[in-house]
Amino acid sequence: MVENRPFLTVITHAVLVLGVIMIALPIWITFVAASHDELRMTQAPIPMLPGGHFWENFTRTLFGSGLAGNEITPVWRMLLNSLVMAFSIAAGKIVISLLSAFAIVYFKFPFRMGFFWMIFLTLMLPVEVRILPTFEVVANLGLLNSYWGLSVPLIASATATFMFRQVFLTIPDEMLESARIDGAGPLRFFWDILIPLSRTNIAALFVILFIYGWNQYLWPLLITTDSDMTTIVVSIKQMLEAAEQSPQWNIIMMTAMLAMLPPILVVIAMQKLFVQGLTETDK
Amino acid sequence: MANIKLDKLTKSYGDTEVLHHIDGQIEHGEFIVIVGPSGCGKSTLLRMVAGLETVTTGEVSIGDKMINDLEPADRDIAMVFQNYALYPHMSVEQNMAYGLKIRKLPKAEIKRRVEEAADILEIRDYLKRKPRQLSGGQRQRVAMGRAIVRDPQVFLFDEPLSNLDAKLRVQMRLEIRKLQRRLGVTSIYVTHDQVEAMTLGDRLMVLNGGYVEQFGTPIEVYEKPASIFVAGFIGSPSMNFVSATAANGVLTLSNGTTLATNTTAAGAVTVGIRPEHLFPNKDGVLKIEVDLPEKLGATTLVHGRISGAETAFTASLNGINAASTADVLSFDAPPEFLHIFDAETGKRIS
Ligand SMILES: Nc1ncnc2c1ncn2[C@@H]1O[C@H](COP(=O)(O)OP(=O)(O)OP(=O)(O)O)[C@@H](O)[C@H]1O
Ligand SMILES: [Mg+2]
Repeated sequence: MVENRPFLTVITHAVLVLGVIMIALPIWITFVAASHDELRMTQAPIPMLPGGHFWENFTRTLFGSGLAGNEITPVWRMLLNSLVMAFSIAAGKIVISLLSAFAIVYFKFPFRMGFFWMIFLTLMLPVEVRILPTFEVVANLGLLNSYWGLSVPLIASATATFMFRQVFLTIPDEMLESARIDGAGPLRFFWDILIPLSRTNIAALFVILFIYGWNQYLWPLLITTDSDMTTIVVSIKQMLEAAEQSPQWNIIMMTAMLAMLPPILVVIAMQKLFVQGLTETDK
Repeated sequence: MANIKLDKLTKSYGDTEVLHHIDGQIEHGEFIVIVGPSGCGKSTLLRMVAGLETVTTGEVSIGDKMINDLEPADRDIAMVFQNYALYPHMSVEQNMAYGLKIRKLPKAEIKRRVEEAADILEIRDYLKRKPRQLSGGQRQRVAMGRAIVRDPQVFLFDEPLSNLDAKLRVQMRLEIRKLQRRLGVTSIYVTHDQVEAMTLGDRLMVLNGGYVEQFGTPIEVYEKPASIFVAGFIGSPSMNFVSATAANGVLTLSNGTTLATNTTAAGAVTVGIRPEHLFPNKDGVLKIEVDLPEKLGATTLVHGRISGAETAFTASLNGINAASTADVLSFDAPPEFLHIFDAETGKRIS
């Protein structure tokens, strides 16, 4: 639609600006709240302009004990936990899905379709449904309060397997045949041809899965009892309920801002590959 | 020596047999074209030689060595695909070098071979480009280059020119032929285009429905087609057919016209005459009612019917001919240009 009507242009811009405000306002308020001192945040009305305590709040949150009068782990530790968990989940899911999609698409083995449907069935069993048995297994393996326990049970992924299966199916058979004539064995073909050809899909999936892992709440809450192992998403919630005092909004908001940062960085870092994936037409 | 032998090759998918007892001897350095209509099994046969399809029964040998169970990489062949199948994420150079790299050839040797092939194919300027930055014709050359650098015993081509425009196709056809002569590598080339087949092949294998209809030089196939199918498939415009009864050296067509023949055929036959073998003569016995003259410049194609019989007939006349619709033209059909086939089996009688 290329239309040149000034009125329409004004309307579209107004709608877009409104949308941006709606999305940006909460983030702005978060930022403002994170830059005031504790006292100011308890008075009404809440401030709409930044105050002068940003760096103080920042260091106190990231390296100090965070909430006053509450000996919890510093936020950098929680960020690290979240980062390790989200990264392991995303990377693990991608590796496992790539391998299983490779097997399903390129190998003929007995019950191939059976396995395919078994993977498909796990779609109906998200973490929430199987949480008790999974907890039991993880506990018996002694993986409570560990990175393994945080990530491994979330790694199996039917969706990613499906997606890679679709990607592999779009790669023409001649590519495999040509590689076979060139003398590439299955692993070489996987490594030299399939992975590079799925590069943009891997990047896209990594972003989605990283954020999925980052936002996990129920599972980490359940299996981490040690405060050294809590993730940032879980601890924000805990800060809100922190004991006897009213919530310290400046610190909580600073934590929230820090929690938003890594997913944003991941998106920015992967953006180039995204765009490439969209513009690179022929496989 | 890279002679290829096909010995009673059959291929079945499940219960359906798509290739039936294919036999053939291909000499070292020969250029063989497999030609036939769509779905006749050309690609399947080629892919069995390549090792990309399993052999159901029979044997394929290269250089007198049975290769049924060898992996494609171990057969010392190179294949050019219809859609080129270049690796999109590798540069032209890497595409050509990939097979050699896997074979662990020394770097310097790989470089030398790639550059040599690039010179032959005149693609030196594109070595650093990705396939998607090349035109169809250039990709085609890269695909050929990838085959050449391997220095294989056998080249296999599966309709490599069918994605190119008509002019480029003619040009590449010539280049492929010259290249093959120069390298002297035994080649099998699949196409459904009979012009390509006639111009490229030392010998043609005409396939139809999974059977070899004829295996011979282009001239043999043109002059002595072994069956009605081959006669109709090879030659453009295609051969005219009319049913007739033969007795004592005379062919009687269904409208009563009689043609002389120098064969001893007897009974119900199908007579074939190529459009270019009908010679205008106002006393000629064969009368054709014109439906549509097509003036192509160098020749005029006259589409019509035999008078008194509704059999469609086409004649090819030199130059621009003044014939117009509803004219009746007379032709001579000399006995040496008549092809006579058994009406029932479709096989050549003489
Ligand atoms: N994987 C398969 N399973 C079952 N039948 C198949 C398979 N591959 C090919 N066929 C059948 O085998 C026959 C020969 O196929 P092939 O691809 O060799 O034809 P072709 O001569 O190369 O045709 P074209 O000129 O259209 O490429 C066809 O009838 C096809 O339907
Ligand atoms: Mg084919």
